[in-house]
Amino acid sequence: MIVYTIKRIFVAFLILLVVSGLTFSLSHLSADPALTIAGEQASDEDIEAVRKLYGFDKPVVEQYFNWLSSALQGDLGKSYHYKAPVVEMISGRIGTTMTLGFLAILFALVVSIPLGTIAAMRPNSIIDRFALLLAVFGQALPTFWFALMMIILFGVWLRWLPISGNTSWAHFVMPTIALGYYATPALMRLTRAGMIEVLSSDYIRTAKAKGLLPVSVLFKHALRNAIIPVVALAAVWFGFMLGGSIVIETIFNLKGIGWLSYDALLRSDLPVVQAIVLIFASFYVILTLFADLLNAYLDPRISVR
Amino acid sequence: MDKNEVVLEVKNLSIDIPVSQGVLHAVDKVNLHVDRGEILCVVGESGCGKSLTSLAIMGLLPKNAQRSAEMLELKQEDLQKLTERQLSDIRGNRMAMIFQEPMTSLNPSFTIENQLLEPLFRHRGLSKHDARSLVIEMLELVGIKPAEPRLRQYPHQLSGGLRQRVMIAMSLLCNPDLIIADEPTTALDVTIQAQILELMMGLREKFKTGILFITHDMGVVANIADRVAVMYAGQIVEEGPVAEIFDNPAHPYTRGLMSCIPVPGKVDRDSALGTIPGMVPSIVNEFQSCRFAGRWDENYEENFTPCNLTEVSTEKRSFKVNSNKNHLVHFCCDQCLDQSQHTLTEGRWLCRTQ
Ligand SMILES: Nc1ncnc2c1ncn2[C@@H]1O[C@H](COP(=O)(O)OP(=O)(O)OP(=O)(O)O)[C@@H](O)[C@H]1O
Ligand SMILES: [Mg+2]
Repeated sequence: MIVYTIKRIFVAFLILLVVSGLTFSLSHLSADPALTIAGEQASDEDIEAVRKLYGFDKPVVEQYFNWLSSALQGDLGKSYHYKAPVVEMISGRIGTTMTLGFLAILFALVVSIPLGTIAAMRPNSIIDRFALLLAVFGQALPTFWFALMMIILFGVWLRWLPISGNTSWAHFVMPTIALGYYATPALMRLTRAGMIEVLSSDYIRTAKAKGLLPVSVLFKHALRNAIIPVVALAAVWFGFMLGGSIVIETIFNLKGIGWLSYDALLRSDLPVVQAIVLIFASFYVILTLFADLLNAYLDPRISVR
Repeated sequence: MDKNEVVLEVKNLSIDIPVSQGVLHAVDKVNLHVDRGEILCVVGESGCGKSLTSLAIMGLLPKNAQRSAEMLELKQEDLQKLTERQLSDIRGNRMAMIFQEPMTSLNPSFTIENQLLEPLFRHRGLSKHDARSLVIEMLELVGIKPAEPRLRQYPHQLSGGLRQRVMIAMSLLCNPDLIIADEPTTALDVTIQAQILELMMGLREKFKTGILFITHDMGVVANIADRVAVMYAGQIVEEGPVAEIFDNPAHPYTRGLMSCIPVPGKVDRDSALGTIPGMVPSIVNEFQSCRFAGRWDENYEENFTPCNLTEVSTEKRSFKVNSNKNHLVHFCCDQCLDQSQHTLTEGRWLCRTQ
């Protein structure tokens, strides 16, 4: 287990290095940061001066290593537009995004695991059909459309929930549902498929032959094995949730880093974009790592391979 | 025979499974009984309904299978009357089962200890400490020594033989009246198989448990059985004490099974082992013709030793063999009976054939 953990952590670092290198070079190819900083009306000499000052005239590889070495020391540079340190801008907002992502995946799990389990216990029953219907809708509806419909219904007509801002828990209700609902179908189908397979396995028959009550057959012996792949998928979806927060945060005006990245992209604010991409990528990598380790813990056979 | 000594009594057990072509009569009016401290071997080829019979007794049939029985009693308690909840109080407690597939019968996600403690918590309500020492005792009894380090292991860390021993230990924990062992050694290699058989015989001596032992291997039967029931296409064709069955097999199918075991000294090195020609017929819907059509051994008459048959039931074409009331043979049709060429000493059939 320890060797396995170390191996996985090493691979995770490699992936992060590659991702950061790629975003750095791509973003420097796609926009000229000197132009953004100097402004539209700047003369050629001014732009050239800015280029020298910020080191944009140096080769991209060298710039990358400069950026990387300061990033490793916790300095992600300054925003070109707001002139504030990127670290401060992000740390002030990341809480909002994490809260939203966490609530969304929690919502998705709380809905999909019981629904998938019930559907698996009685395949083709009314509950199973209902769950399938829900899944089809979830997969077919675009998130932004769903979010707007909720705003119209609960925010404008019924006036139950606030539609913009992040000052109270009530502000998180609609964004959580909008974002989490998107992950529900996949998690539910996987729970259902896993449960159906596990329920027909030999060790479930053994558990029944021991005289165990249906509750422990279902929740101890079956669910534990059926949710192993669900856990992995949920971790990946948590990553999607953070990425998906760009749309949702913009719609609901929740000022997290999703909103910030949208803002920074519009302004070609490269240090902010880079930092956010790095952060999202790190989340992804860490979450996948976490999912693998959790899987190894839940299914003792995995770490042996 | 003392009534209290009968552990399991099954009368006219039938199992029907709806399939696409009709109804599969997988098990057809089977009678069985197991006494205290006795090993009854049910023997028959693959697909004849042995596993379904054992699952029906446990109440663990697949959802689509339908069970009906005139009598299904464990120590004179009618199992058919019990609710699912009451039945679960009995399973793993007063009757336990060992399955055919040791590799997949344990849950991969929990330690051996965790899985062995469960029946004790469920049925005995023991404290963790007491349950644990009982578990260790049982593991050592089935030959897992030292048992302590095994407790923390997961099933995938054990070999097939060890897993089957764990399953046996699990079945013994609550000291059941009846153990159903469904081909417990089929998936294991020969040396391990011999050890497990020895173990089961030892346990039978020690605990006086009744054992319903299912197998398709006549060699295994010869080793451990007290009584034998030969099953074919969902029916029992012959039953009796093991010595009787081996010395005076009355049903041609039993003889066929016997010719398939090599006996050292009796079989020439060069001669081929016996085989039973043909395949088990499909038993979907009602059966019109003979179940043994095409399955008679060509050399049947050469190796034939006639027995005396005495009729006990006309409906089932059941006969006592050589006047032994414990040795019964059942024929599916008149044709089989005629072809088997036994001497009939009593009953309606006697008049008919002469
Ligand atoms: N769930 C099911 N649905 C349909 N048919 C089934 C089902 N279970 C068993 N059968 C059929 O019932 C018959 C008896 O099966 P069973 O498992 O009892 O055989 P068996 O004697 O235990 O064979 P083996 O020696 O291979 O274990 C077989 O023909 C099998 O195909
Ligand atoms: Mg079987």
